[in-house]
Amino acid sequence: MAEIDTPVLALGRPGARTQKTPLQRFRHNGLPVVVVLLTVLLAWYMAAWRLNAPGAIERVLDSDAGYTQRELFEATMTMERPLMPAPHQVAIDFYESLTEWPVDNPRNLLYHVAVTGQSTLIGFVMGTALGLLLSILIVHSRTLDRALMPWIVASQTVPVLAIAPIVLVILGTLGFSGVAPKAVIAMYLCFFPVTVAMVAGLRSPQTIETEMMHTYAASRWQSLWLLRMPAALPFLFPALRVGVAAGLVGAMVAELPTGAVAGLGARLLTGSYYGQTTQIWSALVMSALLGLTLTASVALVERMVLRNRGGVA
Amino acid sequence: MSDVVNAWLQAGASPLFWPAIVLLAALAGFSIVRTAALEGRWAGSFTAAVFGLWVLFFWEVLVRCLDVSRVFLPAPSFVLASMAEHAPKLWGDFVQTVGKAVLIGWALGCGLGFCVAVAIDRMPFLQRGLLPVASLTSAIPLVAVAPIAVMWFGFEWPSKAAVVVLMTFFPMLVSTLAGLKAAGKLERELMYSYAASYSRTLVALRLPSALPHIFNALKVNATLALIGAIVAEFFGSPTSGLGFRISTEAARMNMPLVWGAIVVAAVTGSGAYALLVALERRAAFWHPSIRGK
Repeated sequence: MAEIDTPVLALGRPGARTQKTPLQRFRHNGLPVVVVLLTVLLAWYMAAWRLNAPGAIERVLDSDAGYTQRELFEATMTMERPLMPAPHQVAIDFYESLTEWPVDNPRNLLYHVAVTGQSTLIGFVMGTALGLLLSILIVHSRTLDRALMPWIVASQTVPVLAIAPIVLVILGTLGFSGVAPKAVIAMYLCFFPVTVAMVAGLRSPQTIETEMMHTYAASRWQSLWLLRMPAALPFLFPALRVGVAAGLVGAMVAELPTGAVAGLGARLLTGSYYGQTTQIWSALVMSALLGLTLTASVALVERMVLRNRGGVA
Repeated sequence: MSDVVNAWLQAGASPLFWPAIVLLAALAGFSIVRTAALEGRWAGSFTAAVFGLWVLFFWEVLVRCLDVSRVFLPAPSFVLASMAEHAPKLWGDFVQTVGKAVLIGWALGCGLGFCVAVAIDRMPFLQRGLLPVASLTSAIPLVAVAPIAVMWFGFEWPSKAAVVVLMTFFPMLVSTLAGLKAAGKLERELMYSYAASYSRTLVALRLPSALPHIFNALKVNATLALIGAIVAEFFGSPTSGLGFRISTEAARMNMPLVWGAIVVAAVTGSGAYALLVALERRAAFWHPSIRGK
């Protein structure tokens, strides 16, 4: 931390960090990330080598005839069902699943992405709508605020995801299966953070602003729409990012106990049943990509919405 | 026992049942509205408690009188009875999941995150590299590594602890890094003018002012650790553990015990949170965010 060691110097250079070329900006921000990611990749290869070595010696190489270190290394990188697949094995499996099978085939990862993503998105939309509605009611009703809010806040400290099997059983006895139970689980996981954030957001306008609306004789509806809602947006979007990520976890967990055959969660589970490690890893990579895509989409909407509001974004 | 059950069912069948329920609901609504209007420090929690008790009451009465299937929704008294009956089992699950996987994984994950953050405090290059990557992990369903953890560390608790370490490490790293930057410029320059060394500044100024951030991560991680351990047990586990209990008893339609295991998990989660809040008040009593309360 240079600025701590030499605060006086830092003070003496006002505006020192303005005007950088793209290359300088990459060297400042991008290069460290690239170095970190390359280190992770290297560590992954080392781990694959170390972890697979005993298995490779036992299953692939002929220990009586002897083997060179080079042969051992090559064997660890190309094993079937290795303990730790090397990055390129995962990449090849990932690529082949996308290109060699039609999209509606269960061997194609995109098929599972569609199944999981669909229930996540449905649940996300429903949970957000429910959270918005309830937060509006809570802000306008002292009774609801006092009776419900402590429970909703407390739910943040409780592993609510553990209720997922119960939801599956209840909806199962009611005759629902497939998308509905997964969407319901994603829904209630999205619901809690959205409600908590929106109650805080709708309350964020200061007294002076609410009083101004009052002097304009604005109705409750107008002051909600014109003042409270816009003020709550910066609170809403971080909660949506949290909610969509939680909803994805919920949808994946919901695919575990039902014996589901489709979806990223089911793909992980079948992979672990049959010891298909490479399949597990590519499903893992795919769910990470799905999570990042969902969060990035929310962030994109956030930027588009908040850009029109100058000053906040 | 069956006399009691019959009495409940007769009450449910009587023509006065629905009028009585409507009357009770009106009473409940009235009592909640009245308590919500109270002023005072504990009035908010009091209303929530009244509301919760009424919910439990109607849950019990409606389930009993209308003979709702236990698979669908067990009455709270069934859940309590099941918890009492299976207390040794649930205690074993608690020790297995919370005592071993959660506690050890949480301590290791938070400790590692903290140490790495302090270690790279003087390396802006590594910070700029790690911070974006660490922030992105919050969007990734990390708990999905559970099958791999099971493959590497076996069915017992170490595999669950490994998942918990992974899930708690990044929030702690990000929060501690943010906390180390939280000390004000004025205070830092004061330390500089005292010619305080780097480590002295760290210990006397920057770590204390990072405490609220660190405690926030500890609290968030407590919940994350519980979720991680329970969900990891859904993927495969030995014959005990809260997640194992929930998934196997749900498959056997023994819903009272499933609810019982969830009650244990919920109480653990809120208890851990309350404990951390109390600790924070003692450790960071001087901080404005706590002084005001």
